[in-house]
Amino acid sequence: MSLDKDQVQQIATLARLKLSDDEYAESVEKLSRIVDFVDQLSQADTSGVVPMAHPLNVAQRLRPDVVTESNERNRYQENAAAVTDGLYLVPKVIE
Amino acid sequence: MTDLHKRTLSELAGGLEAGDFSSVELTQALLDRIGAHDETLNAFVTVTGDEALAAAERADAARAAGEGGALNGLPIVHKDIFCTEGVKTTCGSKMLDNFVSPYDATIVERMAAAGAVVLGKANMDEFAMGSSNETSFYGPVKNPWDLARSPGGSSGGSAAAVAARLAPAATATDTGGSIRQPAALTGTLGIKPTYGRVSRYGMIAFASSLDQAGVITRSAEDAARLLGVMAGFDERDSTSIDEPVPDYVGALGTSLDGLKVGVVRQHFDEGLDGDTGARTREAIAVLESLGAKAVEVDMPNIDLSVPTYYVVAPAECSSNLSRFDGVRFGYRAPDPEDLLDLYCRSRGEGFGDEVKRRIMTGTYVLSAGYYDAYYLKAQQVRHLIADDFKNAFEDVDVIAGPTTPTPAFRLGAKVDDPITMYLNDIYTIGANLGGFPALSVPCGFVKGLPVGLHLVGHHFDEATLLRCAHAYEQTTTWHTACPEAFE
Amino acid sequence: MSAWEVVIGLEIHSQLATKSKIFSGASTAYGAEPNTQACLVDLGYPGVLPVLNEEVVHMATMFGLAVNASVAQRSVFARKNYFYPDLPKGYQISQFELPIVEHGELFITDADGNEKRIGITRAHLEEDAGKSIHEGLGKSSGIDLNRTGTPLLEIVSEPDIRSAKEAVAYMRKIHTIVRYLGISDGNMQEGSFRCDANISVRPEGQEEFGTRAEIKNLNSFRFVEKAINYEIERQIELIEDGGEVVQETRLYDSDKDETRSMRSKEEANDYRYFPDPDLLPVEISADYIEAVRAELPELPDAKQHRFVDEYGVKNDDAAILTISRPVADYFEAAAKATQANAQTVANWVVGDLSGALNKDGLDIGESKVSAGELAGLLTRVHDHTISGKIAKQVFEAMWAGEGSADDVIEAKGLKQITDSSAIEAVVDKVIAANPGQVAEYKAGKEKLIGFFVGQVMKETQGQANPGQVNQILKTKLSG
Repeated sequence: MSLDKDQVQQIATLARLKLSDDEYAESVEKLSRIVDFVDQLSQADTSGVVPMAHPLNVAQRLRPDVVTESNERNRYQENAAAVTDGLYLVPKVIE
Repeated sequence: MTDLHKRTLSELAGGLEAGDFSSVELTQALLDRIGAHDETLNAFVTVTGDEALAAAERADAARAAGEGGALNGLPIVHKDIFCTEGVKTTCGSKMLDNFVSPYDATIVERMAAAGAVVLGKANMDEFAMGSSNETSFYGPVKNPWDLARSPGGSSGGSAAAVAARLAPAATATDTGGSIRQPAALTGTLGIKPTYGRVSRYGMIAFASSLDQAGVITRSAEDAARLLGVMAGFDERDSTSIDEPVPDYVGALGTSLDGLKVGVVRQHFDEGLDGDTGARTREAIAVLESLGAKAVEVDMPNIDLSVPTYYVVAPAECSSNLSRFDGVRFGYRAPDPEDLLDLYCRSRGEGFGDEVKRRIMTGTYVLSAGYYDAYYLKAQQVRHLIADDFKNAFEDVDVIAGPTTPTPAFRLGAKVDDPITMYLNDIYTIGANLGGFPALSVPCGFVKGLPVGLHLVGHHFDEATLLRCAHAYEQTTTWHTACPEAFE
Repeated sequence: MSAWEVVIGLEIHSQLATKSKIFSGASTAYGAEPNTQACLVDLGYPGVLPVLNEEVVHMATMFGLAVNASVAQRSVFARKNYFYPDLPKGYQISQFELPIVEHGELFITDADGNEKRIGITRAHLEEDAGKSIHEGLGKSSGIDLNRTGTPLLEIVSEPDIRSAKEAVAYMRKIHTIVRYLGISDGNMQEGSFRCDANISVRPEGQEEFGTRAEIKNLNSFRFVEKAINYEIERQIELIEDGGEVVQETRLYDSDKDETRSMRSKEEANDYRYFPDPDLLPVEISADYIEAVRAELPELPDAKQHRFVDEYGVKNDDAAILTISRPVADYFEAAAKATQANAQTVANWVVGDLSGALNKDGLDIGESKVSAGELAGLLTRVHDHTISGKIAKQVFEAMWAGEGSADDVIEAKGLKQITDSSAIEAVVDKVIAANPGQVAEYKAGKEKLIGFFVGQVMKETQGQANPGQVNQILKTKLSG
């Protein structure tokens, strides 16, 4: 196994995913296989190769600085589970 | 008019134009078929019968007034990854089971403006992550050619609906083969345009640098019609490209004189099923008989496309899917203890196994200490693979090969083995990594199951791919074959 | 006990004064009802995409040129991934490996009055987060995403700063520059200009840096100074007591005047930066950069030097006058419109005018006495129509809305008495009334001349020309 349970737990926390014990066991096994599989990339000789982040070599288009949006709060908040006075609610955040 | 469902989109356009039937009649006929067959197939998440009939009425009225766009009155299906205002948009996930989009995707808007009638939203692998349609929260879609088999994925609902004649065409998306693989496995034509050719605005992102919208149809001509409406620059998508959209239908022809077809040596190795390989070679021979010249091309890095993809796509998806946190939309776990619990349970309960697996893979390859070895390395190999294509395209107009290594596999056969599942996309992924347009056209059967010929073209040269597929369709009948149960 | 050297680097977040957000067409106006200025892109709705506002590129370019930095012809946006309720997408779009501005510098005056260079490592574009509201919602926090997507320029200094005072001087200088350029309103109450301070201490002479602590979100110059001083003391005390500084994020509590650890932000931060696949590289041409350079306004340092060279203003005053562009413009307009000495104008702007503005809580743009009116007043001092002392009285009347300097002088009869015979008559009267003092003066107590001048001025309600009074007194007393 190239990954152990601690690593998977750490990844799941970073990704904010709660997993059951069964899911942990399965994830350790399957993620290890995926990692072993993608490890074959290390064979490729990539010295001096520029990483490619976009399939086309073009530049960003820019937008004029114009306000185009109006208040649609009520419509946009229809999908929210908990809203009060226009605020989205979450369990109290302690800073 | 009992055979309306058998007609292609182009034939239906002619019939509407000639006044042989109305859009309302056509729409009702297809809604009836969906009602009769979809319980078996599970190709739809949502059927929008009332909205479809209302749109059909408007289309008929427009036609009567001498108006109406390029798709006036023609029924289609949208993959449930495209946001549709006022209609549930689930992306095949429990996370979005309650999500009603407040806006339309650009392609939804463009097709509606052209007069298309939307029959419903097609089932799909959850967040487009899967090659069998088994990861959908709404259950697997069945392959119309064999109900025990998968139609492929992630656009399995779109492909099955078109193959079973429940709709003449469907929109779909392709991140690593999600249009072409299900098209091949259901005997339909699927095209993934050049990255940037079609707007991604309103298409729920899986892997932003790979995702591209396209269509699944029953002919190249139908695909050309639809692509003409969908394609083009969109100021809301900075990665869409401001290039003129050619007349795809006008570019169709029957001769392939002088066309150079590259055949990738690495695609005919031990991973390819013998019969599927034979069908592919036969199809290439047909292209040669139409005037094309086949040459062998070498793509030394193409074998690394699957591992490259399974670093790049999960990395992007892990970030793209962070917005699903139970706060502004989507599934929210009940009674969270605290903020962390809200996040972890909403996401843990709202996402299915494959999605969670890919989010974790992506999180891992981007995390401190692994970024260089995996993410950066994959971006470099991606460059090598794209260069393999560019080098090949210096000599050839299109690259031809098999779309999939085998015909449709049994439901459940690969679900426990992610790697075997991932290898299904071995021939299609390269086009996504390099942003090249590609299509799959039906090229015969293996033990009663359809397989597809895969064609990849130069950037922004969808026209040549469509011309090639169209010419092929003129001398073959594979694309007209209909699964018996859905005659 | 060894001496300690303090090492400080600042990360300043300056909101850019665009109309719309960095990646969406929502308004950036401050103070709207919660979530009424959060559009689909700001909310991170499924399927939406960012499109970059061209004005932020323009503004960042201006800033880069103003601090003598290199402006990158190719810069890249990256995602910084972390979960927080005020960050709707679960990532912040920022710049990481290829920022738009790098290798800049500016100059401050250090404690010894010498010019000191502070390096600017980089300045990059990013989106601001929303706000969490913790009060009045019971067991919940409320999230307002109006601020989400407001453009920020994050300006990162080199660790060249050696004291809290230098940190404030550096921050003020950046504040002045962004406002000169018109790229930020610099409003610290509204949070448009704030900073994080990285602080460490090391024994003097030691090469390597000590472990640093980062104080987040300082939103006033006063807090920057106090927080840094508190933190320096805390770290020195800690080390001298045998402890170790831990690398951590701290928060400054202005009520208690102390910093405290913010452990909640610490847990396993791994931001997983990678290039944002929704945004292509930003490319700008050399021509574009030169066109922006050509339109740059005169910057504070250049203006300060010019005020010294061209107007003969004292360097310290020129520095104060040029902190704000409207003040500098006011000074220059007044100096050009009057025959009075420019240093006199400077004294008035820095002194009486600033005092009056402060007292009424006004900006110079709202001044009740315009530059032209002040010039008129100072011309009257220059041509001896009134004395400098009377001028203050006239200024007060002008401030109270009683008209121009000439109006006030006329209405109140404040014109200076320059008629020698009139002054002589008063002098004679004063000499006659004070025989004792006259005798003392003649006996050698010449300091008493001040007493006689005072008496004459009192008799003339301050309107006699002081020079003439002096001269006539001296002549008559020595007679």
